[in-house]
Amino acid sequence: MEIEGVRIRDTFAEAFDVWAARAVITARTPAWALEAARAMTGFATSLIGCKVEAGIEAALEPEATPDGRPGVAVLLFAFDRDGVAKRLVERVGQAVLTCPTSACFDGLPDAAERVPVGARLRYFGDGFQASKRLGPRRFWRVPVMEGEFLVEDSFGAQPGVGGGNLILLARDADAALEAAEAAAAAMRRVPGVVLPFPGGVARSGSKVGSRRYKALAASTNEAYCPTLRGRLGVATELPEDVNAVLELVLDGLDAAAVAAALAAGIRAACRPGVVEISAGNYGGKLGRHHFRLHELLAAVEA
Amino acid sequence: MGAVVLRLRAAPAVPLEAPCIRPDHFAALSEAEIARLPVWHGSEARALGDFFDVRGGHADDVRVKGELSRVKHLGAEMAGGRLVIEGDAGPHAGAGMAGGTLRIEGDAAAWAGAEMRGGVLEVRGRVRAYAGGAYAGSRWGMAGGLLLVHGDAGDFLGVRMRRGTIAVAGCAGECAGAEMIAGSILVFGDVGRRPGFGLKRGSIVVHGAVEPPPTYRYACTYRPPHLALYLRELARRGLPIEERFLGGAYRRYNGDFAELPRGEILAWTT
Repeated sequence: MEIEGVRIRDTFAEAFDVWAARAVITARTPAWALEAARAMTGFATSLIGCKVEAGIEAALEPEATPDGRPGVAVLLFAFDRDGVAKRLVERVGQAVLTCPTSACFDGLPDAAERVPVGARLRYFGDGFQASKRLGPRRFWRVPVMEGEFLVEDSFGAQPGVGGGNLILLARDADAALEAAEAAAAAMRRVPGVVLPFPGGVARSGSKVGSRRYKALAASTNEAYCPTLRGRLGVATELPEDVNAVLELVLDGLDAAAVAAALAAGIRAACRPGVVEISAGNYGGKLGRHHFRLHELLAAVEA
Repeated sequence: MGAVVLRLRAAPAVPLEAPCIRPDHFAALSEAEIARLPVWHGSEARALGDFFDVRGGHADDVRVKGELSRVKHLGAEMAGGRLVIEGDAGPHAGAGMAGGTLRIEGDAAAWAGAEMRGGVLEVRGRVRAYAGGAYAGSRWGMAGGLLLVHGDAGDFLGVRMRRGTIAVAGCAGECAGAEMIAGSILVFGDVGRRPGFGLKRGSIVVHGAVEPPPTYRYACTYRPPHLALYLRELARRGLPIEERFLGGAYRRYNGDFAELPRGEILAWTT
């Protein structure tokens, strides 16, 4: 299959089950909400390396937030429910509670599972905290030097899909970067997904384990490194005219969101200088979600 | 399944106690069974059908019509369904209710929503004394739910309230939130003397004139972040919230220092 002269490899992106939560951060201004969201989603690119993957899902207009202030929706993913609970407490506590004017609310109120967040962070109030219940939702007012930090007692947690990906093979680094930026922008417009790597893009695609260093959980994917083409022991996956490769990794609240984002990303990445679009998988051994690139595009066209 | 309609034929000579008027119970009853439900007319045991024309059955959507200001306990202890009083309601309307929606189109006499535990009680007119309050000898008043008053409230609003929210679009009388244990009272007009005396926890939020008792201490002027949630929710439910209240600052008074001083009076400033 070809789109705009770009070959779409007949392969699949392999993704796995994770648990997800959505935090809605509000603040006095959009800029402060974004500051808190950026801090909360920092160092959250890889479940293996950071124990969590997180990203900014969308900026929210005041009408779309619980307290009528500007906001940002953040998605956070971990291997299991307990991981979501721990990471939320750590990150809301260190990145949102600390940020001037911020408040933090659950963005998945209909999720069947609940994890304690405000119920843990309230102890920062050292006995001076107070709770408020409004309908079915409970909030904690934690006194801080600026006034009060408002945080929801518990957050919804639900199964999600982690590790969806696209691999862009380009003639040079500039073309690869332009295509990756365009793909990331298109993918971010799909609700329910985030791209946890810097700018949504990873240049260091990895394989499981290591050829040489047994302690490593992951190491560079030499098959996609252009500098290693022709080296002994390297079975390159790169066509002759490919000199730069970038990967887009995404997590989603469900498989449908990931599929929609992958399709949007492929379309956007088909531009001059891109030779081929592929995807990473482990032969189906890593996760049960297999997003076949050709089928994604066929579904969009249908 | 249509609504059950009760029409009071004539105002009773003495108060009529009708705690049987509960939409959650009507759902399982036929028209004839509803008409046979017991009421007290003074000291005399009678049937509901002796005073009301009953139309419909097997529905938890109930409308009550007529001059009802002498009919007591309308919707008391109800746990679900929808009850609409087309006019004024007598004492104890919605007292002890645990769920469902009770809407009173006119005024409500004393003890409206007293010791209610859940659900929504909306009064389009005024409420008299002890709305959302506790009966004499009870430890707790309102313990959950939402009491929404479009008019003014009488004295002892939410006395010994333990949980839930009371919102009054107009003014409140004396001793609002007296001996309050927790929960929230929001008044958009003035409040009378001694608000929150003996309050342990909880919030009394006043948007009109208020004079905190001397056993309260001024803390600071700030924007309590949780109030935005309350104001938006009340506006969503149809309470008229003036735009100026949405972004305002409040003077916070901690108290009551005559008790466990973990509560507050928040007085809107600008």
